[in-house]
Amino acid sequence: MEHLVVVGASLAGLRGAEAARKAGFQGRLTLIGAEPHRPYDRPPLSKLVLTGGVAPGATTLPNLEPLDAEWRLGSAAAGLDRSDRAVILESGDRVAYDRLLIATGARARPWPDTVQNRFGGVHTLRSRDDAAALRGALAAGPGRVLVIGGGFIGCEVAAACRDLDLPVTLVESGATVLERVLGSHLGSVVAALHAVRGVDLRLGAKVEALEDDDSGHVVRARLADGRTIETTCVVVALGAVRNTEWLSGSGLAFDEGGVDCDADGYVLDTDGRSDRTIAAAGDVARFPHPIYDGRRVALEHWGHAVAQGAHAGRLLAGQASSPAYAEVPAFWSSQGGVTLKMAGLTEGADGLVIAQGDPKTGRFLALYGRAGRCIAAVSFDSVRWLPAYAEMVAAGAPFPPIHGAVDQGRLRVLPPGFPKEDER
Amino acid sequence: MSDATLFEQVKDEANRVDPYPLFARLRETPVSRQSDGTYVAATHAAISSLLHDPRISSETLPPADRPKTGNPISDWIVKPIRDRITDTHRPFIFRDPPDHDTLRKAVMHEFTQKRVQVLRERSHVLVDEILDRHAAARSFDIVDDLAYPLPVTIICELLGIPTEDEPQFHGWATQLATALEPDTMADTEKRSENSRTFETISTYMTGLIKEKRRHPKDDMLSGLAVNGVPGIPRMGDYDLIATSILMLVAGHETTVNLIANAMLALMRNPAELARLRDDPARAPRLIEEVQRYDPPVQFRTRRALADIPMGDVTIPEGADVILLLASGNRDPAVFNDADRFDPDRGGIRHLGFGGGLHYCVGAPLARFEAEAALTALARRLDDPRLQADPPPYRPGSALRGPKHLRLSIGGIRKA
Repeated sequence: MEHLVVVGASLAGLRGAEAARKAGFQGRLTLIGAEPHRPYDRPPLSKLVLTGGVAPGATTLPNLEPLDAEWRLGSAAAGLDRSDRAVILESGDRVAYDRLLIATGARARPWPDTVQNRFGGVHTLRSRDDAAALRGALAAGPGRVLVIGGGFIGCEVAAACRDLDLPVTLVESGATVLERVLGSHLGSVVAALHAVRGVDLRLGAKVEALEDDDSGHVVRARLADGRTIETTCVVVALGAVRNTEWLSGSGLAFDEGGVDCDADGYVLDTDGRSDRTIAAAGDVARFPHPIYDGRRVALEHWGHAVAQGAHAGRLLAGQASSPAYAEVPAFWSSQGGVTLKMAGLTEGADGLVIAQGDPKTGRFLALYGRAGRCIAAVSFDSVRWLPAYAEMVAAGAPFPPIHGAVDQGRLRVLPPGFPKEDER
Repeated sequence: MSDATLFEQVKDEANRVDPYPLFARLRETPVSRQSDGTYVAATHAAISSLLHDPRISSETLPPADRPKTGNPISDWIVKPIRDRITDTHRPFIFRDPPDHDTLRKAVMHEFTQKRVQVLRERSHVLVDEILDRHAAARSFDIVDDLAYPLPVTIICELLGIPTEDEPQFHGWATQLATALEPDTMADTEKRSENSRTFETISTYMTGLIKEKRRHPKDDMLSGLAVNGVPGIPRMGDYDLIATSILMLVAGHETTVNLIANAMLALMRNPAELARLRDDPARAPRLIEEVQRYDPPVQFRTRRALADIPMGDVTIPEGADVILLLASGNRDPAVFNDADRFDPDRGGIRHLGFGGGLHYCVGAPLARFEAEAALTALARRLDDPRLQADPPPYRPGSALRGPKHLRLSIGGIRKA
């Protein structure tokens, strides 16, 4: 009997396994997960779980298809032997496969100092256990929370702190928050939102070191300019690292940015040849995106994990005629009562227009262009406008975009304000 | 080239009973120019795309123009001011963002789960009361006896309008709803009759709103008048009047057709009526299928703010665009065997409640009112038979439904 092994028991792995079953795969199915939990949903972990609206344990994902699977939870994959078609677990156990789905995702990038990293009160936020620990710390009412990093997780955590009426400082080394994804123009809009809600923003600032008390608990952070922030609760939100180390020696092409795939979704070896027994999906999969001229991207989006996971599952189940994966990348974030949703990728954008609404009112839609084409759109509290623009992105419509939309001011192409490559 | 008078024929009362064959011909051209210069979108894809197109505006009403009285003060000072107020405070189905969004948000804020739940339970009680009152009858008009009074009572209770005042609205609501009929809005005389009715009902609402401000109660009008929504400015009086009139008219003129169209479909498919009697849990899927198969709101009008290319046709800036929702619902490209009434079809992406920014605010009310009505009718009517098939229809083509749906019945069973 054919054996399909899924490494990574989170959203992409689960939806992949389900899709394989739905596509008629009747062989053995095994899901391997590093964490002891059944697959759970991550978006609430940085929002409602922190404010106490949802218990960490209440995030388990529903099974959409009967799986009839063996679960190897709490046992991380440590190696891949392609010549023998086996996944090697940390325990040394070998799990033989006929087909393999790699969906090991990513983990939070830790604070770089390995000693300070272990101080009590220093958190990262990626897993359900991380969220439970941080929720506990926030519920205890720390005098001040320090968030290091103004990306989406950092902003959402800072917003949750304000929801709980906790004093919070957010330190971001760039010119403003969310600069890498939105550019400084719209990043400043988000920064203003948080400032109004009472987040102490330190932009263009850098945390040099964390300092502890006698018991090894963090008590303050020292900034590069010498100033200090007294805090007993630090959230390190410096982005994610892909879980690819276990592929060392497998002969597959990978680095900390993901494992390389071909346009179908099969993984590539270091010679650039596809291994048609192995597919990858979700955060860990770096694939050529047809909408972006085949540029290789690895997307950390919820909807992408669902769609590409299912795509890979169908592929491995042998369902022919799956068209190449070409979903428009999309994600959302809610912070401080505002929901922003993005379709497309802003990387390389050279222009920005406010297509509808007005940032001053908090409700607007902005469109990013690159070399005369629409490449991404973002809506702030106006998600019903987004689908039309997502279509423009998918079609590579001319930029600047249509004139004559409702609630449209004069269209002016603005510099989006992305940091230069070497500053990224 | 399709017949450019097809939509003219849709509006013709002679085709009210069954406009669907005309829709099928309109769908042969996804977006077609009609001889009067309007454009009709008839396929599911074209309608969906236009519902979400940022260049499509809902501000389609012609500017207000009250008749001159001969008195120079009224004609040159008062009239322009009042016309301007009317133009800038239309009900939000005729408005675009950002104003539309703010007004809609305020209404949604008052549409609390608790209110919906109370009214859901209330509608079951009301239906049983109505049927009890007709216990001895051998004839029952679905429209006059149930489909009209139920939604009217519910909308009045939601808004906080004294039920004893309701009878005077009946004619007003019917008159105001003609604002959705293209021919009414194109006719100066009919339009000014419509505005006069709006003013009459505005006067009533102004009084009621004052009363709500003085003695707020737990109802939507009091909430809108007194509370407002955190983070957005409280609605001004003119917007509040327009919004409450909109809700009142919508409550009078749409759900009545849903219930009547649904009952007509059930009478024509007696097996479905029997299945509903045995299994009331089938009601939701029946109702969604009616919203697809024979929706109360057949089309809505929008305006193009810029040239909009749609395949071979470009809708020119300024043109009126008819979104023929009821035709998109019968599009064979989206629905298998689209002309068949089949509550068990999977995945029904119907356009019966519209879509995009203006998706029907009252959809939850419509759904539970229809559910209360249909489940009780299926359970309690003994041996119902249609007295006339097709039934007589009301004149409207945009809001379309039977004028009467009279059934002969063996009796009405106890609740």
